[in-house]
Amino acid sequence: MVDWPVVAAIVLTIVTASTPLLLAALGEVVAERSGVLNLGVEGMMAIGAVSGFAATHATGSTFAGVIASAIGGMILAVPFAVLVINLSVNQVATGLSLTLFGLGASAMIGDKYVGVPGIKLPQLHIPGLSDIPFIGPVLFGQDGLVYFSVVLTIAIGWFLTRSRGGLVLRAVGDNHDSAHNLGLSVLGVRWAAVLFGGACAGLGGGYLSLGYTPLWTENMTAGRGWIAVALVVFASWRPARVLVGAYLFGAVTILGFHAQGMGLAIPSQFISALPYLATVVVLVIISGNKAMLRANTPACLGKPFVPTR
Amino acid sequence: MSVLSPVIAIVMTLILGAVLFTALGVNPAQALYVYFVEPVTQLWSLEELVVKAAPLALIAIGLALCYRANVWNIGAEGQFTAGAIFGSAIPILLPDWDSWMVLPLMLILGVIGGMLYAAIPAILKNRFGANEILTSLMLSYIALLVLDWLVRGPWRDPGSFNFPQSVTFSDAATLPLLVSDGRLHVGVLFAVLAALIAAIRLSFSVQGFAIEVAGNAPRAARFSGFSQKRITLSVFLISGGLAGLAGICEVSGVLNQLRPEISPGYGFAAIIVAFLGRLNPLAILLAALLLALSYIGGEGAQAELAVSSTVTRLFQGFLLLMILGCDTLIAYKIRLVTSRSHASGEAARG
Amino acid sequence: MRSILMVTVAAAALAMGATGSFAADKLKVGFVYVGPHNDGGFSERHDIGRQDVEKAFGDKVETNYVESVAEGPDAERVIERLARQGDKLIFTTSFGFMDATLNTAKRFPNVKFEHATGFKTAKNMGVYNARFYEGRYVAGVIAGKMTKTNVIGYLGSFPIPEVVQGIDAFTMGARSVNPNVKTKVVWVNTWFDPGKEADGAKALFDQGIDVLMQHTDSPAPLQVAAQRGGFGFGEANDMIKFAPKNQLSAVIDNWGPYYVKATQSVLDGTWKSEAVWGGFDSGMVQMAPFTNMPDDVAKVAQETVDKIKSHQLNPFAGPIKKQDGSVAVAEGQTLSDKDLTGLNWYVEGVEGDLPK
Repeated sequence: MVDWPVVAAIVLTIVTASTPLLLAALGEVVAERSGVLNLGVEGMMAIGAVSGFAATHATGSTFAGVIASAIGGMILAVPFAVLVINLSVNQVATGLSLTLFGLGASAMIGDKYVGVPGIKLPQLHIPGLSDIPFIGPVLFGQDGLVYFSVVLTIAIGWFLTRSRGGLVLRAVGDNHDSAHNLGLSVLGVRWAAVLFGGACAGLGGGYLSLGYTPLWTENMTAGRGWIAVALVVFASWRPARVLVGAYLFGAVTILGFHAQGMGLAIPSQFISALPYLATVVVLVIISGNKAMLRANTPACLGKPFVPTR
Repeated sequence: MSVLSPVIAIVMTLILGAVLFTALGVNPAQALYVYFVEPVTQLWSLEELVVKAAPLALIAIGLALCYRANVWNIGAEGQFTAGAIFGSAIPILLPDWDSWMVLPLMLILGVIGGMLYAAIPAILKNRFGANEILTSLMLSYIALLVLDWLVRGPWRDPGSFNFPQSVTFSDAATLPLLVSDGRLHVGVLFAVLAALIAAIRLSFSVQGFAIEVAGNAPRAARFSGFSQKRITLSVFLISGGLAGLAGICEVSGVLNQLRPEISPGYGFAAIIVAFLGRLNPLAILLAALLLALSYIGGEGAQAELAVSSTVTRLFQGFLLLMILGCDTLIAYKIRLVTSRSHASGEAARG
Repeated sequence: MRSILMVTVAAAALAMGATGSFAADKLKVGFVYVGPHNDGGFSERHDIGRQDVEKAFGDKVETNYVESVAEGPDAERVIERLARQGDKLIFTTSFGFMDATLNTAKRFPNVKFEHATGFKTAKNMGVYNARFYEGRYVAGVIAGKMTKTNVIGYLGSFPIPEVVQGIDAFTMGARSVNPNVKTKVVWVNTWFDPGKEADGAKALFDQGIDVLMQHTDSPAPLQVAAQRGGFGFGEANDMIKFAPKNQLSAVIDNWGPYYVKATQSVLDGTWKSEAVWGGFDSGMVQMAPFTNMPDDVAKVAQETVDKIKSHQLNPFAGPIKKQDGSVAVAEGQTLSDKDLTGLNWYVEGVEGDLPK
């Protein structure tokens, strides 16, 4: 006998846990497709979380909060873009420094919001539809950012494969010299991609402090930025697979809690290690197959572009 | 010109730091003094500076070899952890073994652990072409979780009331101190030694030349008979071994037991150190000391001036971004003038 | 090059008249926190204790602290710094600082060290902890009265004895007023990750609980209780702001009285290394106001507090049965403190297995 309201509640929990990962990872997909590896996701998420919380607190509007979280993440991406795109500083070292900086800055901005209850993103309620058992709450009872994250997945998927802009972006990520020779603005495209990645990471952070757990505390991102980085590779840089990966990871974590209640104890470290393990396996599989590799992996990932004269 | 860049970076950081501290109502002169000067005026903090810098330097030297060869190992945190786990196996599994052999064996096992763990991304790259930045990063998190599982599970001290920590190591498994007082252990010498050896080999040996060629002109390397795959594997093994050595030294010399957290992010901080030191082994020693100074100065600012830890961390992140930026700003201009092949050399890879 | 610069900066800073703060006759008291001083929970409670010391002694003491200290190789350096800068009494407020504190204590025989929640001591290093399980027993009594489903939940961090004491006391408290109650436990394996804590709490509510006790630090589980229309308890701090209609009470860490006492004994020269484990009677454990419950439940809760305070009631007094029904503590006997510090079994009424 299946208890549908409980199943619906569990699905909702999984969606909530997965959405911040999905949002941040989608942004990183775009950045990495343009050839920029930004390891500052954790820092940008933290900034997004605090800006979203602060703006909501100041205005009373969660919509303002969501916008602010995207802007916050984007602002933190600016110094990163200047350093790695214009100055060709090593992307890994800069990304790591950015995480340090972002976590410190978020804690400082958020100092006065610790212990202050937040406002939760409102959940959709369509009379009639939202009350249908199971389907109602799952399809018609989520908050706005969840729907947005799904729409964003589709939009980015379309953009990357079907639009001219996506073609340009991938060209820049796959071979920046050819792209440059074709007259494309490598630096301009990468700037746009990095800023977009920052905004998405910010939104992911904003979802933490507005939708997931409406509060602010230091380090509330708790490593989710790194899981997002892993998911991008796990998904072999494809938005639809990012969505599947994020939901899969959310599901394994949540079902792990339920398994405990049934006396089934999986070591928590194993569940936590899953996204990383899966990522290594996927990398090996796609890298071993040349056709798959060429189709997916941005060949210039992590390499600075220095225009030759 | 290149001498100017750290000057610019430091001056700018100092100015911005002064502004930041003033805004927070702290006397900026005093704050900067506590941050950058006080730690080098006292013997104990100088010792601590070295203790903190040693693992950073040891790891960064290995990473510098990788990066010079255009091999992007960013999984030193995992290799550090693997070294610590391997080396600790002896005092944890054989706590009563009291012999002069314990310590050398631990160090060797630590090196082996780091090398084995570094071999995984190297082999995955050579065999399947898997991007080593991503595999080595992922493997870092896996290693940290394995450590967590070990100290909460099979390797937990039975006398610790279920608290996550291993038994305390015996004296035979503890690195001796260099000076009787404090925490300055013999392990720090490895960092100096590694820097000297790396500097000499890089300048004067065939392998050092091969690394340079592989990094700067992979096509030329192929023509001259250097195997890119062999170089990838060997720099991974060297850097993994050094990180593993740093790991076991930290556990044996400083912590004296295995715990869930044995590294405050040394493996990641060392990446920054490697670049601050411009991939030069001797300069890396200085860069590691500088980063260590920013940690220790930050603690001083908290304890003496009641500056909050968020400010000290912000300041540190700021310092790093500033130095990276200024450093490359200058270096980049020079490269544009001197090395035209840079961009095409990069693109020719893969 | 950089080191030369440093020296130049040093000289400049010296010339600008940097001054240290030295006060000869004040007692300097240092604190080391594992989290930020304003984390809204664990470390904040220690910092409030520090402020109590300042209030109690005014000019006679000076306090300082270092926050967000990782429980790794950095801890010992931070503790040593405090000892070096003249602190004569140092509180290290997290379990993971135990060995670092012990090592520093050996090197600074004239400084007194107090380590929270550990088990190692030295001539100049004492340990202190609070019997939080007393508060959790009271919470259990309230939960037993308030539950409608007769299933209550416990959100655990790590399966260490302190948490197992909490689970057992909570369950025994509930069953003392409602023998049909069962406790479900979910382990989230973290002290602090609001998202994960919320997920664990949701899993418990989905398994049919209606009252939640948490043993993790953030207010997120309490928020979940509010969203689900259930009840919860604050952890370490009164968290009523986060669930004004759903927090029943909170077990409050109140270190102030102990910190004041220890400081006084150092001032008097009477400090001794001790292992202190105080409960309601010492003031180290307090309950937040009993809210969102009928008056008669609040009355029973208050009576339970009073009885424990006056030692008429001991939560771990027999008869106590283990999960499998076997007798753990016979009637007329009490579980010793030694057994409590190593507690690793569930009492009757707890569901699931304790992870080993």
